[in-house]
Amino acid sequence: MPEKKLKEFDARRVEILNVDGSIDKNLMPKLSDDDIKKLYENMVLTRVFDDKCVKLQRQGRLGTFASSLGQEASVIGSAFATRKDDWLVPNFRENGAFIIKGYPMDMLIQYWAGDERGMRCPANLNILPIAIPVATQNLHAVGLAMSFKLKKEDKIAMAYMGDGATSEGDFHEAMNFAGVFKLPVVFIIQNNQYAISLPRKKQTASLTLSQKAIAYGFEGIQVDGNDVFAVYKAVKDAADNARNGNGPTLIECETYRIENHTTSDDYTKYRTKEEVEEWKKKDPVLRLEKYMLSKNLLNEKYKNDVLKNAMKEVDEAVKMAEMNKPADVDDIINYVFEEPTKNQIEQLEKLKELLK
Amino acid sequence: MNLNMVEAINLALKQEMKKDKTVILLGEDIGKDGGVFRVTEGLLDIYGENRVIDTPLAESGIVGCSIGMAINGLKPVCEIQFEGFIFPAIDQIISHASRLRNRSRGRYTVPLVVRSPIGGGIKALEHHSESPESHFIHIPGIKVVVPSRPYNAKGLLISAIRDPDPVIFFEPKKIYRAFKEEVPEEEYTIPLGKAEILKEGEDVTLIGFGAWIKNCLEAAEELKNEISVEVLDLQTLSPLDVDAIIDSVKKTGRAVVVQEAQKTCGIASEITSLINEKAFLNMEAPVEVLAGVDTITPMPKLEDYYFPNTKKIVKLVRKVNSF
Repeated sequence: MPEKKLKEFDARRVEILNVDGSIDKNLMPKLSDDDIKKLYENMVLTRVFDDKCVKLQRQGRLGTFASSLGQEASVIGSAFATRKDDWLVPNFRENGAFIIKGYPMDMLIQYWAGDERGMRCPANLNILPIAIPVATQNLHAVGLAMSFKLKKEDKIAMAYMGDGATSEGDFHEAMNFAGVFKLPVVFIIQNNQYAISLPRKKQTASLTLSQKAIAYGFEGIQVDGNDVFAVYKAVKDAADNARNGNGPTLIECETYRIENHTTSDDYTKYRTKEEVEEWKKKDPVLRLEKYMLSKNLLNEKYKNDVLKNAMKEVDEAVKMAEMNKPADVDDIINYVFEEPTKNQIEQLEKLKELLK
Repeated sequence: MNLNMVEAINLALKQEMKKDKTVILLGEDIGKDGGVFRVTEGLLDIYGENRVIDTPLAESGIVGCSIGMAINGLKPVCEIQFEGFIFPAIDQIISHASRLRNRSRGRYTVPLVVRSPIGGGIKALEHHSESPESHFIHIPGIKVVVPSRPYNAKGLLISAIRDPDPVIFFEPKKIYRAFKEEVPEEEYTIPLGKAEILKEGEDVTLIGFGAWIKNCLEAAEELKNEISVEVLDLQTLSPLDVDAIIDSVKKTGRAVVVQEAQKTCGIASEITSLINEKAFLNMEAPVEVLAGVDTITPMPKLEDYYFPNTKKIVKLVRKVNSF
């Protein structure tokens, strides 16, 4: 019997905004001038926020911090493509997504300073807390999407992960559940080329990360993750598909982490300055500025105002965060169960005696 | 109704699903097959595949997905087919189910029940006769419940489903069908975190849970003309009903704790420690522990040596009584 070809598959990639600021008009998504300004302003704000947080960490005012410098297009473009009441399921390098969705910036700073109260998402937003164990959060997005389907809610869930997450078992289980149950969920891989020190090539033998979706029976697509229009378009299309009952999408945003993995890391141990410099040329903010300049959406004054406003907003958030009264010691047991158990209360009383 | 434990749990699920449309079952082979122990038998026919969901074979997936569902207001009751296969899901339980309320300072909660059979004594394959309860007791933010008979299986499971926080509900498979007893048809709850005195006594407190309560009662009966034994069924292992334990041992001054699991860091060690902490001066004898050996749970040819039995319990009760 001759061998049969059951189906052929492609690994696809989308790029819209070039490094020089020109665009592919055929692929350009529908975005108003105000939308583009909002994207730009939030990318700058995220960059200023990250920069400030790294500095605060160096001054001992923040704990370990994970910057998204260089990844602003992936973070902002994706979150902007969701609706207000869609659910975001973050990893830990998406502060910009929190910010553009309206999460109070001072609470983010409070969280990174080591205060859990900063992760109590305001009631009008649907953002899960930062999830640190790699890839585990994907399953929560799947469960949320399952709940939308069962409760007939017109919402989608969007989960973020890094390139390293694709090697974890929970990545596989989440993709598989999403495919089997055809769930309204969008998975975003921020492929920033390194899982701490391990380069993308050593993470998997796959040509792309997005092609992994093929095995789960749904669409996967790679986009230039430093191209905010490509990211936005891919996520918007995926979100529309999910909302229309066409199931999940896996989107790989190919980008680069310009900063260290976290403030505890030293990237000079595993990559060259030349490599970092090469990626800086592909900067997502610079190329958007070039595009906006060509469309008369940006001039020097506007650019300076955006930067100044961002710095002011971040400074005010820091001030507010640092004005918080310290949490009460009782808080260490107050949120474990709906009511602390008798045993917890007794243990806490004993602790308080020892603290006197 | 005269029911065995499988039937009592099935009834509890059926009634809670009828009462509360947010209760959703998910797990491996729980739909058409009714579960490998038939605990969910018939529920797919009544509630349909949106509420009785056969999932791919993936324990972390089942629990992780359930967490997401619970966050958005559903009440998933998921089944892990055997306790020996719960470990792929332990990351989701430790890292998320138990922590999301705390991590979000109360914005998100996880009203989730993870049901799983537990324990040995049924001549099963490797990984099918384990007692991993201590791993879970050690996790803050989850409750751990082990019923000992059809009556409390129903009442405790209903409480677990209605509980606002995650509960691990371990069903002792040795007694799934071992005996029947009268179980009220109507719904009722048994509070989590409360032990029950099954038999009052004056001389020795015999503390146990799950499958071996039956043997504890048999031991008490065998010794009735010799030693007055109080039998305490823990029912919930976390949070532990410390008052019930301490009140009883203060009365008797002697205690034997029975667990099937390996000895080191078992629930019996914690109970012994609590007695030391809170009732040291009331004790007439050191606490005796009947536990497994610190070894791999044996396969059928050796399991009768390893597991508790009535004879072993009787011996230890006599020992503490004559100290």
